Amino acid sequence: MAELNLLEAINRALDESMAADDRVFIIGEDVGQRGGVFRVTDGLHAKYGEKRVIDAPLAESIIIGSSIGAAMYGMRPVAEIQFADFIFPAFNQIISEAARMRYRSNNAWEVPMVIRTPYGGGIHGALYHSQSIEAFFTHIPGLKVVAPSTPYDAKALLLASIADPDPVLFLEHKKCYRLIKGFVPDEPYTVPIGVADVARTGSDVSVITYGLMRHYAVEAAEMLAKEDISVEVIDLRTLRPLDRETVLASVKKTNKVLVLYEDNLFGGYGAEVAAIIAQDAFEYLDGPVQRLAGLDIPAMPYSAPLENEFLPTPEKIADTLRDLVQY
Amino acid sequence: MKQERDQAQLIEMFRLMALARALDERMWQLNRQGKAPFVISCQGHEAAQVGAAMALRPKQDWIVPYYRDLAMMLAIGVTPREVMLGLLAKADDPSSGGRQMPAHYSHRALNIVSHSSPTGTQVPHAVGIALAAQMRGDDVVTWTSFGEGTSSQGDVHEAMNLAGVMKLPVIFFCENNGYAISVPQRKQMGVENVSDRAQGYGFPGVTVDGTNVLEVYEAMTAAVDRARQGHGPTLIEAKCVRLTAHSSDDNDRTYRSADDLKAMKTRDPVHSYEAYLRSEEILDDAKIAGIRDEIKAQVNDATTFAEKAPLPDPLTVSRYVYAE
Repeated sequence: MAELNLLEAINRALDESMAADDRVFIIGEDVGQRGGVFRVTDGLHAKYGEKRVIDAPLAESIIIGSSIGAAMYGMRPVAEIQFADFIFPAFNQIISEAARMRYRSNNAWEVPMVIRTPYGGGIHGALYHSQSIEAFFTHIPGLKVVAPSTPYDAKALLLASIADPDPVLFLEHKKCYRLIKGFVPDEPYTVPIGVADVARTGSDVSVITYGLMRHYAVEAAEMLAKEDISVEVIDLRTLRPLDRETVLASVKKTNKVLVLYEDNLFGGYGAEVAAIIAQDAFEYLDGPVQRLAGLDIPAMPYSAPLENEFLPTPEKIADTLRDLVQY
Repeated sequence: MKQERDQAQLIEMFRLMALARALDERMWQLNRQGKAPFVISCQGHEAAQVGAAMALRPKQDWIVPYYRDLAMMLAIGVTPREVMLGLLAKADDPSSGGRQMPAHYSHRALNIVSHSSPTGTQVPHAVGIALAAQMRGDDVVTWTSFGEGTSSQGDVHEAMNLAGVMKLPVIFFCENNGYAISVPQRKQMGVENVSDRAQGYGFPGVTVDGTNVLEVYEAMTAAVDRARQGHGPTLIEAKCVRLTAHSSDDNDRTYRSADDLKAMKTRDPVHSYEAYLRSEEILDDAKIAGIRDEIKAQVNDATTFAEKAPLPDPLTVSRYVYAE
């Protein structure tokens, strides 16, 4: 058992999977000698060599496209997109190719690959180093989208993603990289893809969230506990496939729900979660399905007051929950 | 003995080209009869594809094709029956079980990789396959094809760049027929030859007459040798002709003059190769009639077989989104 931050837990998963399976390789920008701009792949180039930790040319579409080819050949590529904001040149490869290969070939071909990418804001990354991109990708059948928020979950879910026979987009919240620490067992353990976590149990209201917002929601819940408001926090961990059972069970218990996410509000991932709750738990609801999310502006601005204004904070979450409990 | 083997190979090339042409023509008939909603043709590309295929090792080398590669498919081992199952979108179509449009060829057992319709997306896959083969130390050459219009795509540039950096065993095969649907080459690029670009990636580029099967075969053999010896990629540009409209949904008379079309027919690769084999006294009337009879029987058999084959069960529509 070691206390690791999120970044170290991911590094450990990469190391273990490369040691266990010589089909696993890493490809991305600056992932080699430098060990990645966030140092997630630190030490792996020295340990496994430049053939298995490949410094790719600065071109996202070929990073993904070549990984698709290698996966079809039988390898287990782990591609890194340096920032989620830079993934769009590879959008077509992910959407039209990786996600559809199994379906369009009637199961003849498969693309067992992982795309790791740091996303989210709160680190003064401005418009192009802060984006949440999950809504674009959770829309797509054929793709799995995983977004762990703790070191424990991150390590196990990355190992599960690398072992998965289908393409997985693995979202790493960059503010969590060094901020969030936790104990990670040395011995093998598993967290399956598609299973949410009850991060905190409560009885008055549920928060359905993921990523950095899980931690903010827990902070808000701790504040509200002092006011005798009992908040349940569900950390989805996997965005697609969604663990509907855990979400609906929580809502049916508390009868009130806040869907919380960092992306822009309109058409965000939480909109789908809200729609599912409204449809499948309507009769259990004692209030509107509430959403709290990032502002509907193009992206997170740089200057601190502007950035803070964009993001849901523990205080804003607590305020929203107070109103909802009063409803 | 060598001469006999060479002769057999020369005749086999003709048989494949003529089979591709006959099958392609039958597809258009089925389209006009209302039995096949969509056809996209290889007519005019047969020599380029068969010349390329003969330099490859089926089932060992990997093929990452595009939608015009009917003759390549036949040469690698896809059967006319399988082709017709795809045309008629039948359940046993090996490319996709009727999920994709016709000519989106795929055949796992033959290492023929599934491709989509957005052009050029397959070229990075070929580079990734070559990268994997290089990592594993496998004796595998990857061949990928695309039209000259597709050479404008960023994916093609990114793929060639990485292949050049890593000296990957991949052959980029551009089938240049002068038109991207309706847009002529002069509006597509500022160079005369797509192959000129290879220099910018650090590997050789050659332009060959894509209507001359032997010239293509020779260039491909050199490229395959280079790849197998670990010297890296080659870009081959085969100048072809497109003897049909872009597809059954296109009307090329709206952008090609009758004179242009007539001039192009004089470069028909199947006719010119037949004439060559006659002049070399490798084939004569009787032998050609024998080959054509055999092809006709194959095409008829494939058509009947596919027409009788079952359509996909609608209840299978949700299968294979993820591994089951």
